[in-house]
Amino acid sequence: MTIDHAVALAPAQRATTLIGGDLTEKSLRLHLEGLPGVDAVGLEARAASLGTRSIKTTSKAWALDTIISLIDLTTLEGADTAGKVQSLVAKALTPDASDPSTPRVAAVCVYGDMVPAAVAALGSSHGLDSSPGGVNVAAVATAFPSGRASLAVKLADTKDAVDAGANEIDMVIDRGAFLSGHYGTVFDQIVAVKEACRRSDGTYAHLKVILETGELTTYDNVRRASWLAILAGGDFIKTSTGKVAPAATLPVTLLMLQVVNDWHRLTGEKIGVKPAGGIRTSKDAIKYLVTVAETVGEEWLQPHLFRFGASSLLNDVLLQRQKLTTGHYSGPDYVTMD
Amino acid sequence: MPTETDKRFLDYAPAPESTSILHLQKSYGLFIDGSFVKGHGKSFSTISPATEQKIAEVSNANAKDVDAAVAAARRAYERTWSKLSGADRGKYLFRIARLVQERARELAVAESLDNGKPIKEARDVDVPLVAAWFFYYAGWADKLDYAGLGPNPKALGVAAQVIPWNFPLLMLAWKIAPALAAGNTVVIKPAETTPLSALIFAEILQQAELPDGVVNIITGAGETGSLLVNHPDVNKVAFTGSTAVGRAIAKSTAGTGKKLTLELGGKAANIVFDDAPMDQAIEGIVNGIFFNQGHVCCAGSRLLVQENVADEVVDRLKQRLSTLRLGDPLDKNTDIGAINSREQLDRIRELSDIGEAEGAERWTAPCEIPAKGFWFAPTIFTGVETSHRIAREEVFGPVLSVLTFRTPAEAIAKANNTPYGLSAGIWSDKGSKILAVADKLRAGVVWANTFNQFDPASPFGGYKESGYGREGGRHGLAAYLKSGVLSSAGSAPAITKGATGAAGATALVPAKPRSPQGRGRTK
Amino acid sequence: MTQSRLAVPKTYKLYIGGTFPRSESGRVYEVATSKGAFLANAAQASRKDARDAVVAARAAQPGWAGATAYNRGQILYRIAELLEGRRAQFVEEIRATEGVSAASARSQVDAAIDVWVWYAGWADKYLQAAGNGNPVSGPYFNISTPEPTGVVAIVAPQQQSLLGLVSVLAPVILSGNTAVLIASEKAPLSAISLTEVLATSDVPGGVVNVLTGSAAEIAPWLASHADVNALDLTGAEALDWVELQIAAAETLKRVLPPESGVPAPSLDRITFFTETKTVWHTKALI
Repeated sequence: MTIDHAVALAPAQRATTLIGGDLTEKSLRLHLEGLPGVDAVGLEARAASLGTRSIKTTSKAWALDTIISLIDLTTLEGADTAGKVQSLVAKALTPDASDPSTPRVAAVCVYGDMVPAAVAALGSSHGLDSSPGGVNVAAVATAFPSGRASLAVKLADTKDAVDAGANEIDMVIDRGAFLSGHYGTVFDQIVAVKEACRRSDGTYAHLKVILETGELTTYDNVRRASWLAILAGGDFIKTSTGKVAPAATLPVTLLMLQVVNDWHRLTGEKIGVKPAGGIRTSKDAIKYLVTVAETVGEEWLQPHLFRFGASSLLNDVLLQRQKLTTGHYSGPDYVTMD
Repeated sequence: MPTETDKRFLDYAPAPESTSILHLQKSYGLFIDGSFVKGHGKSFSTISPATEQKIAEVSNANAKDVDAAVAAARRAYERTWSKLSGADRGKYLFRIARLVQERARELAVAESLDNGKPIKEARDVDVPLVAAWFFYYAGWADKLDYAGLGPNPKALGVAAQVIPWNFPLLMLAWKIAPALAAGNTVVIKPAETTPLSALIFAEILQQAELPDGVVNIITGAGETGSLLVNHPDVNKVAFTGSTAVGRAIAKSTAGTGKKLTLELGGKAANIVFDDAPMDQAIEGIVNGIFFNQGHVCCAGSRLLVQENVADEVVDRLKQRLSTLRLGDPLDKNTDIGAINSREQLDRIRELSDIGEAEGAERWTAPCEIPAKGFWFAPTIFTGVETSHRIAREEVFGPVLSVLTFRTPAEAIAKANNTPYGLSAGIWSDKGSKILAVADKLRAGVVWANTFNQFDPASPFGGYKESGYGREGGRHGLAAYLKSGVLSSAGSAPAITKGATGAAGATALVPAKPRSPQGRGRTK
Repeated sequence: MTQSRLAVPKTYKLYIGGTFPRSESGRVYEVATSKGAFLANAAQASRKDARDAVVAARAAQPGWAGATAYNRGQILYRIAELLEGRRAQFVEEIRATEGVSAASARSQVDAAIDVWVWYAGWADKYLQAAGNGNPVSGPYFNISTPEPTGVVAIVAPQQQSLLGLVSVLAPVILSGNTAVLIASEKAPLSAISLTEVLATSDVPGGVVNVLTGSAAEIAPWLASHADVNALDLTGAEALDWVELQIAAAETLKRVLPPESGVPAPSLDRITFFTETKTVWHTKALI
């Protein structure tokens, strides 16, 4: 796809506007490598400092409800079945059987071939925007989690999920291409997948671009990949597949929020951020809310701009929520499995 | 989801740290010779600068009290402390470190209450460093041969120490720990507005069973400090505070034979190059001048930003300041606490007004200021030139002056163009440039891609009018030991024929001159 | 004895900026033998000479400090070589002004050269002895190193004019400081002869500046000079040195108080005229 000399890249409006008309592998590379570096020590210190915020009482209650409403409740196992997906959807619609005031999650996240099962299980509650209390279906695609397949296979993967009713596609970038410096390849693939999200009525499924930060390793790479994903047309940038450690971390998420903040200051456009994998406790999730609010602003704390990719987090939040309501500590018997 | 009428998430609900952990007394005496005794001067109150409410009544040491304290320190030195082994001195210091850790929460709350700094800082920075300082110097007490001052260096005797109000307990640790490790005894005077943590520390000394008189803590104001440093039976003076007072002490101790170290003011340059890791540089600038309300001698109070990124940096700074929270120091989410006193607030206001009058552009972070207490919202001055007073004078408050530069050489020249020389910051992604710039900065502490880092293992102190001597690290011991070689025998080589090598000065002095010979001109 | 040849007497001038000017005041004072016989007219330095010397010292300081330590060490060692070559001259001058025996004078010259060699060897080592890395609790590279303080004004010991001078001068300049030195008032000739050695060595002009004359007159101007970083009062015992220290305190100079006799060679004497700089640098893999 990309060769040694400069090749023109597939059209992507953000990139052509920012970098200039003659968008090539080389000009893209120069732009990405010209971005400011990241000092890891400083970044991690800032993240730790944000983690010391003490969120109590009314703020905590609001935070817990908000976290629930931002969760993409996830099952991504080889052993998934229609039955498992139905159970997940039921949990998404009724997170706390003992408390109907509990908000619903934002979406369920499943493998592409499980989308029909999810859509069927949601029934009239399918769609975050289409009905009150609606829940989206997000599908992982593009040979998730490794991304090691031909572009044709990855596009077909995407198209199948969109056709089956997925509202959102969580794609993976080609990390091999990125780490070997073929930014153009990575860029082109994102553009193509975005195009594959196009429905017959002209609307697009929302595209989340998974960077797999654990494989990119350095913060400088994460900054570049974040910019690349935005320039290529992503609606969200997402940290991880959850299948590689480290998955989401507070510093990496902070960094991605800083990129989103820069993009917003530059263009006025708002990009979403999704940390996924490894966020298991309310305490941790609250740190992420604080980080979002103090980096890009609290208007990002809504499902169109921020998600948690999580499975066990939901029950921990419910336990905390129950304590706030009842005044005593709760236990695993009082929250349901998904 | 929150509606518009809901309170903003960012207005975090109050998260107050409870003061119930304190067992405050209504009044405190002076800690002399192991117990609290009433002072003979006119007692005074210490208040919370956030609420202006009185915390406690504090004794005022007059000349008689100072004499008693010094006498106690002298007795303790001669009869007890100088007779202990270094290992035993170390053990006392280890005990103190452990007790500080045990009572850490109490000390942090007391510090925040009395000083006005956020509890978050007292808890996460001040008190842990206090424990670490005692821990570090405890281990040196029996290893002084390795301090770099030759074998068997000797303590000086009684040390008089005067400390400031900005880091009350931490400055106390910086003074007492090395002094005791080196074998000296101490009379220390906390600042007038912040005596509380020192008085609780005295209780810790009792719990550690430190021998009576080894440490004496006498509260009072400037007069007490002056009596103390000028006391004739003191061997060593250590002072941290303003350059003006430091200068006066240098003059009054001249010729007395007292060893002197000073840690004074600063007007540090925080240099941001265009290739800086930008987001972290913004954090570093904020940390550099707004940490501890800017009441830091080494504060990065001058931002020197490369001209081609100046606008961007200032914009980002302003955005960053919008999430700084000013308010009740005891709230765990407070970032900017109270200004320590009305006097200091007046000074900050005065200098800020001067900045405006000089033509710099003033911007203040939007903060709700509480009705009572002493407060100053973080402020940035742009368009500052090297000839402005706010580029030269230490404000000692949350006020940043922004200047620009074009080249590394110009940045260095501007950074060094001051009588001060305490600290500096450098922000760049290019290591070779950082090291070369660090080489040229005339500052005792240089931070690269970070700021306001302190550690008991790391020497701290200034060039030029920021003072002399170092606190922390191996170098910090030198202030409290007789550098035996400077005026007596030491590592002299076997130089003259017949001289006995390391015998000392006498080996180098030729035999008594015999009767003069001849006259005539030399060739 | 055969009739001695008519000597060509030397003019003893100041040494400033690598050149030998007379005092701008035009004054001289008589240097006598220990018996009181006329020896020479030495320049009597004025405050303006002192001022010029400080200017020269400051101008030379960055270059001298910027030379490698090895380079400075070699230059200092070469000075020792030159001193060795001129032993006779120094011995004669010491005998004349101090009135000591030839053996004693020779002994002093020997000691002076050896002290100089000792200090020369420290130029590229004192940093290792006085500096170190610091084990801070965090991901930082942290190192403390001494660097020269800048311009140092020195009052040389009054007795043992060569050994005393060498014992205060060498430790100051080896680290990269430059010096303005007031020689022993009664016995300045060794100092001036030493400057002849310096002038023929590779030490750049301005690194060492020597003033002869009245220390009581000149020292206060140096003590109060805002462009002098440190004051070595080793030889100032007979002066009103406390006043000098007070004047120096105005700009927080580092002041070394007087001591009697000639100071012993020591590492402390080198490090007293240095400033310790501690540099922190973040360290991260990612």
